[in-house]
Amino acid sequence: MKKKSTLNIILFIVLCISAVVFLIPIVFVLLNSFKGKLFISNDPFSLPDAETFAGLTNYVNGIEKTGFFSAFGYSLLITVFSVAAILFFTSMTAYYLTRVKSGITSGLYYMFVFSMIVPFQMVMFTMSKLANIFHLNNPAGMVILYLGFGAGLSIFMFCGFVKSIPLEIEEAAMIDGCNPLQTFFGVVIPILKPTAITVAILNAMWIWNDYLLPYLVIGLSTKYKTIPVAVQYLVGSYGAKDMGAMMALLVLSIVPIVFFYLLCQRYIIEGVVAGAVKG
Amino acid sequence: MQKTLKRYFPIFVIPTLIAFSFAFLVPFGMGIYLSFCKFKTITNARFAGVENYIKIFEDRDFVNALWFTVKFSVLSILTINLFSFSLALALTRKVKGTNLFRTLFFMPNLIGGIILGYIWQQMINAVLLKYETTLVANATYGFWGLVILMNWQLIGYMMVIYVAGLQNVPPEMIEAAEIDGASAWQTLIKVKIPMVMPSITICLFLTLSNSFKLFDQNLALTAGAPSKKTAMLALDIYNTFYGRTGYEGVGQAKAVLFFIVVAVIALGQLVLTKRREIEQ
Repeated sequence: MKKKSTLNIILFIVLCISAVVFLIPIVFVLLNSFKGKLFISNDPFSLPDAETFAGLTNYVNGIEKTGFFSAFGYSLLITVFSVAAILFFTSMTAYYLTRVKSGITSGLYYMFVFSMIVPFQMVMFTMSKLANIFHLNNPAGMVILYLGFGAGLSIFMFCGFVKSIPLEIEEAAMIDGCNPLQTFFGVVIPILKPTAITVAILNAMWIWNDYLLPYLVIGLSTKYKTIPVAVQYLVGSYGAKDMGAMMALLVLSIVPIVFFYLLCQRYIIEGVVAGAVKG
Repeated sequence: MQKTLKRYFPIFVIPTLIAFSFAFLVPFGMGIYLSFCKFKTITNARFAGVENYIKIFEDRDFVNALWFTVKFSVLSILTINLFSFSLALALTRKVKGTNLFRTLFFMPNLIGGIILGYIWQQMINAVLLKYETTLVANATYGFWGLVILMNWQLIGYMMVIYVAGLQNVPPEMIEAAEIDGASAWQTLIKVKIPMVMPSITICLFLTLSNSFKLFDQNLALTAGAPSKKTAMLALDIYNTFYGRTGYEGVGQAKAVLFFIVVAVIALGQLVLTKRREIEQ
């Protein structure tokens, strides 16, 4: 027993060192975001002192130059509505595809699953041109596109779960006079809840962080910039000149994610593990 | 029940199917067709046979990007899985503060690729400043920068999968091995690793497909500099589409090849997982 506790102390120290190493990049960006932009390149690893401390100047600059609050708003809007649309529509589709057995439904199922393995580069050019033709280059259009892109994984995961629900429950509801919609929303949805949380987290994570789709469909210079697009926009136009604003913007972009993560980390980690094991 | 439900096809399936057609189905079909065409916009395509596919190999960009991607993926897969498995072993030994460490190590995985890329760009440039050079001065810096970044992002993700796998190993099994006189190392090699093989397969493929399809991090960290030497496949395809007029068809053809490679990897995973399920 004694041997084990010494080993655990060594492991604890090793873990502490790894934790510090893991945190360095975040602390680095955080420290520099409070330094005057001219001082960052001179001595990037020093703590801000009386001479180099810039207060919130960088934050004000970063927010003004990119319209950060608007980007945050659009990111939030697009993510929330896309995830809601994905949950609502793909759970219905998955239910239908699992419960109705025919050539068409299994064909559709394989098509959705197939889309999961196709890299985005394969469809990005044609998709963004189509989106322009059909006027999907706005937040509402983005929700439709994300529903389409999220459908593969979501349907795959919902189908896996619907299969495990005993048919008797739904048949009982039908005999009691429920139509399929009432059965689905009254009986199936409550059972689907744990899978729905996983699907919501997996989709929210990539939609919130997605850069290429909003960039290609909406573009750099419009008012509908999301956070990743705003970061890229700042670097493209001011980054080399104003490193302070960039550091501040990087910190601002991380804060909402870290906050959300600490708030519901149990669901996030469990969701990600479940998603990985099934996907 | 099936009969009544069947009539509800328009409500249950059509909305998803419409969105899916806009986002994936139609673009995918058009993408395959257009890879055999010469075009600038999708409405004025002219059939050109395999011309685009031949043009891919006129310069060495694609082959270089493929080679860079393969080197990067192999190294990332090895390092990420080694580190994350070691961390998972440490975290399943009831060390103090396990939850805190898990929370911390997992966190980078939630930060988006563009933001991650710029954080590390600033970090690495600050270190290289001491040697009066920058990240884009030498392709080697960019390569290692990407490997470090990828480790930082994925170690925590793979770690939680390994932790879940290790927690499913029955404690009686480990106890039995210990009673039989197995050393810690033998328990690891003969009991723990065989028992978490499914997790290892999952993690290998997750790291493989994540490294292989990497784009955002590559764009933010080096954008391929110096002179396209650190461009991976996805970035090379992007540059062919949007960086050279008249090369849209070649970009689409590269994308088709990229898709085939990724599909083969995914099928490999499917076959391996299926085979293991049958064995059990």
